[in-house]
Amino acid sequence: MLVRVHVDPDKCQGHNRCYALAPELFEVDDLGNAVELNDGVVPGELEHKARLAVANCPEYAISITE
Amino acid sequence: MTVNHHPPVADWATDFDHLDPVWVNNPFPIWDHLRQTCPVAHSDRYGGTWLPTTHELVSAIAYDTENFTSRAVVVSETRPGPMDLPAPIGVAPPISSDPPFHAMARRLLLPAFAPRKIDALEPFTRQLCNELLDQIASKSTADAAVDYAQHIPLRVIAKMLGFPATDADYFRHVIHLVLEEGVTLSEEDDERLVEQQALDAYFDRQIDDHVANPRDDLTSFLLEAELDGNKLMREHVRGTMLLILVAGIDTTWSAIGSSLWHLARHPEDRKRLAHEPELMPFAIEEMLRAYAPVTMARLVAKDVEIGGCPMKEGDWVLLPFPAANRDPKFFDRADEVVIDREENRHSAFGLGIHRCLGSNLARMELRVAVEEWMKRYPDFEIAENSTGEEATVTWAAGQVRGPRSIPVRLPV
Repeated sequence: MLVRVHVDPDKCQGHNRCYALAPELFEVDDLGNAVELNDGVVPGELEHKARLAVANCPEYAISITE
Repeated sequence: MTVNHHPPVADWATDFDHLDPVWVNNPFPIWDHLRQTCPVAHSDRYGGTWLPTTHELVSAIAYDTENFTSRAVVVSETRPGPMDLPAPIGVAPPISSDPPFHAMARRLLLPAFAPRKIDALEPFTRQLCNELLDQIASKSTADAAVDYAQHIPLRVIAKMLGFPATDADYFRHVIHLVLEEGVTLSEEDDERLVEQQALDAYFDRQIDDHVANPRDDLTSFLLEAELDGNKLMREHVRGTMLLILVAGIDTTWSAIGSSLWHLARHPEDRKRLAHEPELMPFAIEEMLRAYAPVTMARLVAKDVEIGGCPMKEGDWVLLPFPAANRDPKFFDRADEVVIDREENRHSAFGLGIHRCLGSNLARMELRVAVEEWMKRYPDFEIAENSTGEEATVTWAAGQVRGPRSIPVRLPV
């Protein structure tokens, strides 16, 4: 089963914590709001970073599914 | 300028005052006590003010733009008056704006503060830090706030706006009026009117200069920007300039100062950062959590009950994000600085639609300032006074908290 991350665009306020922690998994748009890269697919070696991104988002905008 | 007189606080739960010297010097025990005994304190001061101290309640109010307005965000004796731009625009958009205007005014500015734009300012900031460090290089004592921290955001913001760096003293004056006197610059008494007119004239001079000589900076950007196909009103441009000056300088200066103050007093954290530089991003977030400079405020827009407390239209509500960041229900070891804290959902930059517009800039300045200082001075400490005790560190009064003087001893 693939591990995926997802940014809820309605909750993201552009704190940029996920992009700072895991630039391999997230990108920011011109307004500074985050979007997941590569359909959110998290390679095994980046799972810890994905969980950190979830745990550091002040707006609870990031979810993880597996 | 009239300075408000503040009788000593009788009881923090029923008579608190965020300008009281006890709060200014060390607010954390006050917030900790209130969180346990009276999670929403009230005071009759400033015409009625509420103070939530838990993460849950601070967060609930930050998200509630229906019952709370941002029309004024600095607690003062008076409410916004007829001279202010009306809601939903407010005196300094978008911080003073409410939905739906807020989103438009904010969207306009967001690209200028997005990560890629801010990354481009990092080399300038790093060079600036090194120039400041060069100036104290031969000294055995210095003031980490006065000689170092304060200059960094002043110069970076002046550069972004395209204002003369030589006007730094005037910027400091304006910031002091807005943030530390507990006043707004828009009231109708004479002294404030004079200040307001002088500030408008200053901004107008910068605007005229940019109209004559457009360049690649925020002022020219604001003059070119359009909302709904119209150029921004001059009041909007000036209001946003005021916002960027006031919100972009004192705040970051405070964050840099608090971080250096902490490091000066914690050799174990200095040592870890020197040996494990990969911890720096976590350390920076932890400094932001533990020493979040900014307490925001709202006005109650409609009568509402929060945490069992009947808040009335027109009451002030302080939003102490620094207190939310120390809530033990929300953070493990909330009252300790854990330099390698990995999970850190802090709200130093606020929550919801008013998330600090300049957070990417502030974080970059803070990281670069601490990195360059630590490269030069992996070892330093608070200076001693003549009796051999730690020299006095003074803290800013108001809704932005940080050290304004940090005497340090430097290895030579």
